[in-house]
Amino acid sequence: MKNTGFLLASLAASLMATSALAQDISVKIGVLNDRSGIYSDITGEGSVIAAQLAVEDFGTDKGIAVEIVSADHQNKPDVGSNVARQWYDTENVDMIADVPTSSVALAIHEITREKNKVHVNSGAASSDLTGSACSPNTVHWTYDTWALANGTGGAMVAAGGDSWFFVTADYAFGHALERDTTAMVEKSGGTVLGGVRTPFPGQDFSSFLLQAQSSGAKVIGLANAGGDTINSIKQASEFGITQGGQSLAGLLMFVNDVHSLGLDVAQGLVLTESFYWDLNDQTREWSTRFEEKTGNKPSMIQAGVYAGTLHYLKAVEALGSKDDGAAVVAKMKELKTDDPLFGQGEVREDGRKVHDMYLFRVKTPDQSEGPWDYYETVSTIPAAEAFRPLADGGCSLVQ
Amino acid sequence: MFELLGIPPQALFGQLLLGLINGSFYAILSLGLAIIFGLLNIINFTHGAQYMLGAFVAWMLLTYFGVPYWGALLLAPVLVGIKGVIIERLLISRLYHLDHLYGLLLTFGLALIIQGLLRNQYGISGLPYAIPPQLSGGQNLGFMFLPNYRAWVVVASLVVCLATWFVIEKTRLGAYLRAATENPTLVGAFGINVPRMITLTYGFGVALAAFAGVLAAPIYAVNPNMGADLIIVVFAVVVIGGMGSILGAIVTGFGLGLVEGLTKVFYPEASSVIIFVIMAIVLLVKPAGLFGRTA
Amino acid sequence: MTAVTETETTGIAVQQARAGMPLHHVAIFVALLAAGLVAPFLLYPVFLMKVLCFALFACAFNLLLGYGGLLSFGHAAYFGSASYIAAHAAKVWGLSPELAILSGTLAAAVLGLAIGSLAIRRQGIYFAMVTLAFAQMVFFFSLQAPFTGGEDGIQAVPRGNLFGLLSLRSDFTLYFVVLAITLGGLLLIYRIIHSPFGQVLKAIRENEPRAVSLGYRVNRYKLAVFVLSATLAGLAGSTKALVFQLASLTDVHWSMSGEVVLMTLIGGMGTVFGPIVGAAIIVTMQNYLATFGAWVTIIQGCIFVVCVMLFREGIVGVIAKWIRKPL
Repeated sequence: MKNTGFLLASLAASLMATSALAQDISVKIGVLNDRSGIYSDITGEGSVIAAQLAVEDFGTDKGIAVEIVSADHQNKPDVGSNVARQWYDTENVDMIADVPTSSVALAIHEITREKNKVHVNSGAASSDLTGSACSPNTVHWTYDTWALANGTGGAMVAAGGDSWFFVTADYAFGHALERDTTAMVEKSGGTVLGGVRTPFPGQDFSSFLLQAQSSGAKVIGLANAGGDTINSIKQASEFGITQGGQSLAGLLMFVNDVHSLGLDVAQGLVLTESFYWDLNDQTREWSTRFEEKTGNKPSMIQAGVYAGTLHYLKAVEALGSKDDGAAVVAKMKELKTDDPLFGQGEVREDGRKVHDMYLFRVKTPDQSEGPWDYYETVSTIPAAEAFRPLADGGCSLVQ
Repeated sequence: MFELLGIPPQALFGQLLLGLINGSFYAILSLGLAIIFGLLNIINFTHGAQYMLGAFVAWMLLTYFGVPYWGALLLAPVLVGIKGVIIERLLISRLYHLDHLYGLLLTFGLALIIQGLLRNQYGISGLPYAIPPQLSGGQNLGFMFLPNYRAWVVVASLVVCLATWFVIEKTRLGAYLRAATENPTLVGAFGINVPRMITLTYGFGVALAAFAGVLAAPIYAVNPNMGADLIIVVFAVVVIGGMGSILGAIVTGFGLGLVEGLTKVFYPEASSVIIFVIMAIVLLVKPAGLFGRTA
Repeated sequence: MTAVTETETTGIAVQQARAGMPLHHVAIFVALLAAGLVAPFLLYPVFLMKVLCFALFACAFNLLLGYGGLLSFGHAAYFGSASYIAAHAAKVWGLSPELAILSGTLAAAVLGLAIGSLAIRRQGIYFAMVTLAFAQMVFFFSLQAPFTGGEDGIQAVPRGNLFGLLSLRSDFTLYFVVLAITLGGLLLIYRIIHSPFGQVLKAIRENEPRAVSLGYRVNRYKLAVFVLSATLAGLAGSTKALVFQLASLTDVHWSMSGEVVLMTLIGGMGTVFGPIVGAAIIVTMQNYLATFGAWVTIIQGCIFVVCVMLFREGIVGVIAKWIRKPL
């Protein structure tokens, strides 16, 4: 569970003697994610590198020495909670970052509260983290099911896609995504004609897609993730679903999924993300640094790990202490966030980080100017509207 | 227009056809598994990994050597088959005198290694593999849109399955094989090199899996896990058909594809478990499987 | 001829069993107890508890495979469903930990009885497939049933107070409870193996038709050992649910059934202490190799291959051969 750890302590420590900031805090950050399974490309080692970049950019001259460790939770809550306990109990880890897969994230979330440490989640989708299960020790950074549903669901209805059929992965995450999107579609005046629950993980979606096709819905919402999404999109193109006038909405898709599908198949898809490498000069510059180390452009999750880690370190610096997890998170909420990737924003009372979300459309092969040039921005959803209103989440921290 | 259990008949036709297409993968895979089990008495748990390897080799041939789909359809099974032969010679051949359990564990271990290595190399998101241009597009059958490629999958697998069945049941070579299954010593005494025959059979079974992999590459994402869960299902197909029964494997493969297709309409959540329910019932009622001979 | 010698050895073993444990087994049990008492001062208690739970699970499995000669490919069903029931009992019904564990264990026993009575009608690979089929159904049920929480599992299970008195919140306290449960389970398994019942089991394993002709009702014995094994697997599963405060789909997935086979094989099937060693090795590996991602699968695969090719008796089996004493 050690390794990949790297120490910037020595330099900082040697400077300490002369530094006016005689704080001398050493912080240990654990990046816990999927390093071998379906989310290893969008999280994995890339998230570790993102965290390292955050430490570099935070600077070594502030009297805070940072060590980073990492581990694989294999998308299993038991493996993840085991690692988290061990990190907190025996290895003095102060903050756990990333944690994709909602079931694992909820487990880490609970343990972090119990041990009064800090969890900055970037990878998981569950909006419960800042809703019914919210905790004073967790910040949920990048996205959640509500924001995705709001972005894609709302935009599709506004664009005329007012009747929906869901192809939903049959597990809690898929159900949550379907639930949130249904609410959004109906709120915007659309109707949901039906849905089908598909065994997870699945290979062949043709049968379900055919059911979706015969429903006559204008939009087929894919409430699934990873390999399921890739397979359903691939097969939808094979069966000529989009040519038939129906559109596909990938409710949780990442730029890496588009990369894997290829533009031939993925073109025209509409999806919601909170980050894209080609948004502005700052994101481009950072993504180039990231690509030099990993060979890939960053996913929004990896970007979230960077930004979350940076903000965490700023809070520790401002507080002058790392020991009380709840206090650090309170400080994170008090300080406005500002980083090159998500711009300015804030962490809300319920732990939800809010920033703009973007609705993207995947380019056609002709429009694309080269590798990783995949998205055109359809619209920007301002931070204030992008996430679930504070009062609706049912979070006990909100008075 | 009459409806069948609330589903219009056209939709039902479409679903059955799709079931048949999925069944063709089950059929080729379970055929290979059944041949290997029949002759080697080995439960080849690497079968799923070899199927995945077939798809990967097709992708590599295209990406690194520019070999198109049709070339890969021939080359990939041969390459993966050769790899199978090497594994059989080096490892599996040392286990024939032992309990099934050891063969199963060895091949399970091999599957983990192959999957792990490819995962390290190529990640998990999957690699794109396009449908060959000759087979893109599709036919409108009135009740559904049938992609040409899917039609080709059914035809190709039917031809391969029937040819294999013919060779094993109706030719001299097949007669030797079947005899060697019954009594290797006696067949050896007739001057036939039984160990070599066994090795080649294993290679052939593996090549069948790789063939299915190449067929699957354009429809499913080519990723290291594509065979991991399939193996359990295919294994169930073999058991239902009757271990070692060639015809049983083929018929059950297609048949279970159909049953699964129907489940996807009426109770989609259960479509991954229906095969095991059938397996339990078959084993309890007719232990040797639908087409197996009772020992 | 062989039949006679077999019954003779069985007879001798029965006498031995009555006379008590052979000295070196007593020594090993004492050593295990001592190690168990010292370990939490040196190593992380939660990790040790995981080792203990899996050791008990593997030993329960070994009772069926190593002594009953029955390869179940669905043991995760008992382990996992017990952990769900125990977690549900502790969290929703608010039962105290000992009652939660008891209800989980009982559930596993009932499930074992139901599945076992069907599965034992088949032999060899067919038996394995029947158990696999039912385990897949249990998995499906666990995924669909509302109380299991889908893939989130049942989380934040309270550890509660043992007998309403002793708080188990501290890992340290809980550790000794788990140690007691595991050692108790091991002693029970040891007792079963070396009882006349265990000897009959061995006779069935070696040659079923002969056991039938000797007048034993083979199926009753098989069913009994199946239920015992399922029950003990359930005990391990319930305990694990309290340790990790979590019951999840991992526990009922077929790869868990594969893992327990691996543990038993590495340690040495048909040995009393082998599965403990096997469980310790696998759990340690998973724990300390977690950083390496995909390499864990590769290393695990290599261990499988090496074990099957070179150490079919398993580690403890090889040692037993060296010292020429059964372990």
